[in-house]
Amino acid sequence: MKRFLPFLFFIPLALLMLAGLQLNPRLVPSPLVGKTAPAFSLPELNGAAESISPQTMAGRAWLLNVWASWCVGCRAEHALLAEMQERGAAIVGLNYKDEPDAARAWLAEFGDPYVYSAADSEGAAALDWGVYGVPETFVIDGGGVVRRKHVGPLDETAAREIMLLLENLGGGNS
Amino acid sequence: MRLFAALVLCAFFIPAFGGVEITRFDSPEQERRYQEIIRGLRCLVCQNQTLAESGAGLAADMRGAVARMVREGASDGEITDFITARYGDFALYRPPLKKETAALWIFPFALALLLLCLLPLFFRRRRRAALDETGMRRAAEILGEKRGGG
Repeated sequence: MKRFLPFLFFIPLALLMLAGLQLNPRLVPSPLVGKTAPAFSLPELNGAAESISPQTMAGRAWLLNVWASWCVGCRAEHALLAEMQERGAAIVGLNYKDEPDAARAWLAEFGDPYVYSAADSEGAAALDWGVYGVPETFVIDGGGVVRRKHVGPLDETAAREIMLLLENLGGGNS
Repeated sequence: MRLFAALVLCAFFIPAFGGVEITRFDSPEQERRYQEIIRGLRCLVCQNQTLAESGAGLAADMRGAVARMVREGASDGEITDFITARYGDFALYRPPLKKETAALWIFPFALALLLLCLLPLFFRRRRRAALDETGMRRAAEILGEKRGGG
């Protein structure tokens, strides 16, 4: 019996570490979820509006997608964003630390899934939103509260879940 | 030779200054506070570096925000709150003790206490394993036989 004693310590520790290995250290839970979306007021990239702020979207559920023309992951998720927009999602782009010309060229080439594109050339708004890796996608409800955050390029599963959440919040089909 | 030494020194100096911008303060006291604060904050991009060490663009932005608040006379608590409101407790190298972080704080001490309790057990077993007087004599005999025979 005594010789098994070390295993009594070893096995739970090994299981604990195994569980730890499954976690992704890049996923830092956002303290913003459940809180009012941080304010910003930024110029619109295409001149579609004087300026863009979360207030512009008040009253309906919407997505904030942080992207940049220099960001490879943004290119990867782009098709999914287009699909979500087709299915009725209202997506606002937050163009992060980008050259306006490069950003406009990128949208012209790959398609523009955004209702508005806010140009955050200094990254100040992104800092307030706790952005640490582009692309990032936030779900904001009609009351202006952040409901979910996705870090990194969207995949099929994440896109489906976000669409479902949007529909539940009453912003899926407009 | 001197040139070589100079080059070697350069190789050490460049990374040390890489990615750290010049920040001006009104007083050495502000500068000292700024340095102290950014050493206690984590860069979210290169997660095992502090804001003071990191060359990432985001770290520079976060340093800029800290510098601005230091210049404006914000307290340490206000600056920490600013960072955690955006990035959570994860951004702190010294997370506060609360429900979510309790295991993090308690586990090392609990483990140390447990091992401290087990320590006498370990020593007792060792003492028991040591030979008594008759055992020693018997061992000497065996060793003597071996030496004589071999």
